[in-house]
Amino acid sequence: MSMTEQQAGTTSEGASFGGVQARSTVAINATSRISVRNLDFFYGSGDTKALKGINLELPDRQVTGMIGPSGCGKSTLLRVLNRMYSLYPGQRAVGEVIMDGRNMLDADVDLNELRAKVGMVFQKPTPFPMTIHDNIAFGVRLHEKLSKSEMDERVEWALSRAAIWGEVKDRLHTSALGLSGGQQQRLCIARTIAVRPEVILFDEPTSALDPISTLKIEELIDELKRDFTICIVTHNMQQAARCADQVAFFYLGELVEVAPAAQMFTAPREKRTQEYITGRFG
Amino acid sequence: MSSTTLGTGRIQSAPAKDMVTARALGRRRKFKDNLVRWLCIGATAVGLFFLASIMVTLLWRGLAAMDLTIFTTEFRPTRYGDDSLPKGGLIHAILGSILQVAIGTAIGTPIGLLVGTYLAEYARNSMMGNAVRFVSDILLSAPSILIGLFIYQLVVLPMGGFSGIAGALALAIIVIPVVVRTTEDMLQLIPNTLREAVIGLGAPKWKMITLVCYKAALSGIVTGILLAVARIAGETAPLLLTSFGNNITSFDLSKAMASLPIAIYQQANSGFPDLIAIAWSGALLITVGVLAINIMARVLLRSKI
Repeated sequence: MSMTEQQAGTTSEGASFGGVQARSTVAINATSRISVRNLDFFYGSGDTKALKGINLELPDRQVTGMIGPSGCGKSTLLRVLNRMYSLYPGQRAVGEVIMDGRNMLDADVDLNELRAKVGMVFQKPTPFPMTIHDNIAFGVRLHEKLSKSEMDERVEWALSRAAIWGEVKDRLHTSALGLSGGQQQRLCIARTIAVRPEVILFDEPTSALDPISTLKIEELIDELKRDFTICIVTHNMQQAARCADQVAFFYLGELVEVAPAAQMFTAPREKRTQEYITGRFG
Repeated sequence: MSSTTLGTGRIQSAPAKDMVTARALGRRRKFKDNLVRWLCIGATAVGLFFLASIMVTLLWRGLAAMDLTIFTTEFRPTRYGDDSLPKGGLIHAILGSILQVAIGTAIGTPIGLLVGTYLAEYARNSMMGNAVRFVSDILLSAPSILIGLFIYQLVVLPMGGFSGIAGALALAIIVIPVVVRTTEDMLQLIPNTLREAVIGLGAPKWKMITLVCYKAALSGIVTGILLAVARIAGETAPLLLTSFGNNITSFDLSKAMASLPIAIYQQANSGFPDLIAIAWSGALLITVGVLAINIMARVLLRSKI
């Protein structure tokens, strides 16, 4: 079954979660890269759900923005998509995350392979304590065997795509820890795309950065969506409006509403969405 | 009467501050403040006085017999009132100490490093981890003579005699808990986001630990190893029961071996003034050596990237 059919199915059946009617992303004309279906998430052994019956399609080569107040589950969902939660015993996800026809929550999924396909950029820049060149080469070496010249080419490609090549090309063999915060974050983006993933997850990538660095990262995200499917968690509604093609609003572990960005910020269907984006809570 | 005027009235009629009591309380506070300050300064002065007197005595008496023969000659017997006998040195003890400390560190460091890694990366909140951490902390503060006795039972008796390797093993056991603690502490300092960033690229855990975590914690881990070296360089008790000491230079690990602390202990107890003078020089040597290692450790930790 193709993803478009699947979406259409969701619309007609109107799957319900938490009393809220599910809506497909009808206005987004793209096939789905990742489909999240009936996803529940538990942080501990108890019955408390951090995510409740999430259904969401991430359209191919589009930016999906996730918004919602703190603790609403948006970062949790991001960490399910690359199985980061599997690092922590006791955390578990129930449901389906379909990518390339496979459920990525299955126990026999090769996590290293999955994470090579679904890269992640974190809130705080996380440069490794090594040179700029080695930071980029680190991820590539995990999955490919390249000659020195091929590796140099890849490093230049990744740094160029992350719009930082010009600033670092003369200091590739100096420590990455000497870069500014904004440069470090672009380095981390370069490091992620160097592995050539299909999906990139951004977890509040600009919340630790100044406005100019933020602008650069946002332009970069806009540029990257030509090749990558992007999912970005943000607390900044303007950022979601600027970057995202499709926006998902989360509240208390539920996906309240998914809509194209323009519609979400001008005519949200749900009262809770409207209250949140107009600043009434959260 | 409106409530606002009532409020104002209350503020106006609030009791005036009793300046006499306030001043008396102020004097008491000041007195206590001064008392505590001078107690602290006094205690520091007492500590510094003893430290300084040790250092001055050590320099004074250590430098008296310090000359090239200390570094070129082994132990030489001496006789009361006979100046014709040539002066001895400490080279046998210096070399013995370096060899035993080096082997002890070489054995203890990898074990300590791996245990510290286990505690920080694999067993953070597990029962097993807590048990290992507890035992390691006990070992850290165990009297070193007990470690000497342990190796005596385990190695010296079965081997039929004192040996350099037994001494090195005893030192290795002292190294382990020091390295365990610093390695664990330094790895704990690494933020989890860095670990997630490595894992997020699709790296297996062992690569995360060896290629990134060790690198991030390197200066701290090396500092811990240096502190362990400084600690065992001055250990006497465990060597007394294991490598015993020797008056000649020996690199045979299966035989008794000299070491600086033991040489100091034996020559200081000899009753011969020239030997006692050499013991002072040995004490100065150890102190300067340990001080140098400590300073190196501090410099390394400060230059932490």
